This record gives sequence, structure tokens and C-alpha cells, in this order.
Amino acid sequence: MNSDGKKNTPLREVWKRFKRNKLALGGLIVLVFLIVVGVFAPYITPYDYAAQDYTSRLIYPNAQHWFGTDNFGRDIFSRVIFGTRYTLFIGLVCTTAAALVGCALGLFAAFFSKLDNVIMRLMDVLIGMPAMLLCISIVAALGSNMRNMMIALSVTAMPNFARVMRAQVLTVRDQEFIEAARSIGASNSRIMIKHIVPNSLAPVIVQFTLGVVNAILMSASLSFVGMGVQPPNPEWGLLISAGRAYLRSEWYMCILPGLAIVITTFALNLLGDGLRDALDPRLKQ
Amino acid sequence: MIPILFGVVVIIFTLMYVTPGDPAIAILGENATPEAIQDIQNKLGLNDPYLVRLTKYFLGVFKGDFGISYRTGRPVFEEIMARYPNTLILTFSSVVLGVLIGVTAGIISAVRQYSLLDKLLTSFSLFGVSAPSFWLAMVLVLFFSVKLQWLPATGSYGLKYWVLPVFTLGLQASASIMRMTRSSMLEVIRQDYIRTSKAKGQSNFMTIMRHAFKNAQVPILTIIGIRITHFLAGAVLVETVFSIPGLGAFIISSVNFKDYPVVQGGVLWIALNCIVITLIVDILYCFVDPRIKSAFSKKKKRIIATSVEKVGGR
Repeated sequence: MNSDGKKNTPLREVWKRFKRNKLALGGLIVLVFLIVVGVFAPYITPYDYAAQDYTSRLIYPNAQHWFGTDNFGRDIFSRVIFGTRYTLFIGLVCTTAAALVGCALGLFAAFFSKLDNVIMRLMDVLIGMPAMLLCISIVAALGSNMRNMMIALSVTAMPNFARVMRAQVLTVRDQEFIEAARSIGASNSRIMIKHIVPNSLAPVIVQFTLGVVNAILMSASLSFVGMGVQPPNPEWGLLISAGRAYLRSEWYMCILPGLAIVITTFALNLLGDGLRDALDPRLKQ
Repeated sequence: MIPILFGVVVIIFTLMYVTPGDPAIAILGENATPEAIQDIQNKLGLNDPYLVRLTKYFLGVFKGDFGISYRTGRPVFEEIMARYPNTLILTFSSVVLGVLIGVTAGIISAVRQYSLLDKLLTSFSLFGVSAPSFWLAMVLVLFFSVKLQWLPATGSYGLKYWVLPVFTLGLQASASIMRMTRSSMLEVIRQDYIRTSKAKGQSNFMTIMRHAFKNAQVPILTIIGIRITHFLAGAVLVETVFSIPGLGAFIISSVNFKDYPVVQGGVLWIALNCIVITLIVDILYCFVDPRIKSAFSKKKKRIIATSVEKVGGR
């Protein structure tokens, strides 16, 4: 119990340490703000993101069109706001899928030594190929669209989770409380779910924030080269790609959506750094 | 290394094998006669079972035969080699630039921890790892070619054309290298032997370079290796923005043309390069850190020594 009369759970300890890091807190606030923006996008946008208006094409940013309009007369601000949905959805869903499958594989590999070689050698092969290439190959095989890109991103991110989880489980597995659990007759599944997983999650959480950053950057990149979200959807990478032809005159068309990506990944990176320091105080510099 | 390469070949071949669409139609066009399609299918061995085709592909790869491009009709390996030097130049010059900026900035910011300069440099590096490369490329083009008109925006016709692409990737590389240098320097700088070195009257510069930096090199080397492999594959975006005829851009355009032998061969070639780079980095560890070398070379002796110790201790 601490002075407030509250129980000192590990989670509360982490939150206390995390709170002290103002930058990381700022990152969290920006992220929450972006999620709110994404969820309530239809109520925030001043214009319909798909509405074309040929009387107001390529207008520079002004009071009516904060981010200007594109070559079809569509309001870029509204498109960027809707793009938040795509970016966060892709980032979070792909990384969650990768984390669930990857962690399960890592857990099994570490827990059942017979599976270890099979699973981890497969992960080695997947890691042996650069992530971008693996994504391109998978999308090339399945076809260029958002769903296939998300499958590719999840598969690419999975080995990292498997490795992190395996390494962590290997250190937790041999600790005394696991031996104690086993001695009172706990089953394998109970030991894994109740004891090993909760004690192995810290590095996975850090890896998760990094994974989301990676997924966002890669999805923007793949959409940029036409292998991800397809036009006319307002994905950020796609907006930049559309603005590329107008870089010399209408610079705002690709620079402003790019800033949205930078703000999102910057906030996530700050959050990730903060979480790493809070979860593992030994690493704090 | 060999099993990984083996696995990579199997995965890439299988991915292209399950791809919908008949390559024969991709070569001949939609209006081809069934006889012509049949003919091409037989010629390319497209009707063979999966394992037969995989074995054939393997044997071909061993001989440096990656197949024939559907689009140009030339051997894939030739097509790859025509573009490979551009990708290599881009990758290595940007990594060299990244190391120069990143390591210097990392050391400075670790030595002057919490100073204004440190904060500026760390924010810059965080920006560098957050910005997508193709966007950074466009910002640089906007500034240096459109506004200032100092440098050409696209193409590769001479030294001037390389400046912006190399700077784009170099800045990105420097960001991650700086972050790693800073954190690994900070870990070392608190050690007792650094204090000892200072106490003995060693100058600050010498202490940092000879004692601190030398011991902080292993993680930095790791990140440099990772960067090289990233750029070999990920330079595709920068190549696209600057219209550099590199391998990555070629693979992307081949995907759009459904020219699968090129995709297969290109991906495999880059993957092979990455595996070799990883191997070289592993070997370099031994030179940077003699402890790693001795751990490998004296494994046997050590086991004997520790067992003797144990026996002796009892």
C-alpha cells in the first residue's frame, strides 16, 4: 500500500514512471487525439472527402480549405482527416494480428523444445528477407489491395514478436515460481496463460509500439508505389503519391499529408521510448 | 546461412507459384490462340508439377540462371546486373554518409547529455526515424531543386543527380545510427574504467575515442548492418521518387507487369545480398570486440578450463 491507500500493483508502478516522462505523455495524448479524430472523422471534416468540385481545383491552403484542394477539387484537409482512419486501422490491426500469432509461436517455441527448431528456423527465413521485399513479394502474389497489404504487413511483423516473446519466455520459464506452480500440479496451459504470459509481456508491449510505427510507414510506402490501398481512398501514402506530380507548383498536396504521417509516427515513437523506459527502468538513461 | 537461403528460395518460388494468372497469357497477350498458349506453357515447363518446377528453379539458381524476363525476353540475371550497381552506389554512399553524421552526432549528444545540443540532436533523430523516406525525398526536392534550384530533382546522369537521393537515405540512416550510438555510448560512459582513464590524466577526447567509443561499437555495427539491408530493399521508394533505374524500382514495375521471373530473381538476389551483409557484420564483430572472437575460437579450451575449475573448486 502506498500513501494514497492504493495498492501498488506493477501496472500502477509503470504508470507512475511513465507519467514522469513528459514527452512520452505528450506522445500518448497526440495518439489519443488522433484516434478520436479518426473515429469522429465524419463529424469533423468540413467537406465530403470524396466530393469533386471542378470549379475549385488546385486552390492553395486558405480559410475555406485549410490544406487546399487537389486536382479534382477535393478538400485535402477532409481527406487527411479520413486518412487517419486508414493509417491507425492498418497500423493497429496488422500489429495486433502479428503480435497475437507471433507471441503464440514464440511461447510454444520456448515452452516445447521440440517445436523450437521448426518454428524459429521458419522465423529466421522470414527475418532473413528484408521486410519491404517480403511485403512486395506477398502483395505481388496475392494482388495489390488493402486487405492483401495488411496480410503482408502482419506476416512481416510476426517474426519479431516471436523472437521477443521466445527470449522472454526462456528467461521466465526457469524461474522458481514456475517450478512452484508445476509442483502444485498446474497444467501446461495454466502455467503458460496464468504465469508465463503476464510475466513476459513487457518487451512485447514495447515491440508493439515499434511495430505500429513500422506498419504505418510500410503501409504508406506500399500505397505510395501502388501496392496497398487503392485510389480514390484517402490513405496518406496515396495522397502523397497523388500530389507528387504537382510538387513544383502545388507543394502542399504532398507535404501536408506527409506531415500527418510524421506527427503520428513521431508520437508513437515518443510513446514507445517512454514505455520502454517505464517498463524496464534498467534501460533508462 | 545456407538453410536460410534455401528457405527464402522456397518461399519466394511458392509465392509466385500460387499467384493467379497464367504467365503464358502475360507473355502473349489476351488474344493469344490456345495452341500458342499451350506451346509457351510446354516450353517454359509451366505444366510441370510444383516439385519439379521448384527443383528446376533451384538447379537454375545454382548456375546463375534466374529464368527469362517475360517483358523483355532477356535473362533475368542480366536485367538485375544492369540495375544492381545503381542500387549499390545509392545504398553504400548513403550508409557512409549516415555513419559519418550519425556516429558524430551520437557521440556528441552522449557526451553532452541533457544539453540543448543533445535535445536538438535527439529530436532531429526522432524526426528522422519517423518520416517516411519518400516524403523526406520530396521535401528535399522541394527545397533544393524547386526553391533554391541548386540540384536536379530526378534522373541519374552524373554526380549531381546522386546528391539528393544519397542525402535522403543518409539522413534517415544517420537518425537510427545516432540513436544507437547515443544509447550505447551512454551505457559505456558510466563505467569505472572511463573514470580511471580520466583520473590518470587522459584527455577527454582520447578517453571518449579510445575507451568509450571503442567499447560502444558492437551495437552501432549491428544497426549499420541493418541499415544496409534495409536500403538494399527499401531504396525502392527513393529510387521511384528520383527516377533512378535501380533494382527496387525495377522489381516494383515488374510486379505491375506481372513479370514474375524478374520479381522472383530480384527478390532472391537482394535477399542473398542481405544474408551476406549479415554474415560480414557477424565476422566484423570479432574484430571490433576480441571477446566475441575468443568466445568462438577458445570454446573447447574454455569448456575444459571451466570443468577443471569446477572439479578443483569442489
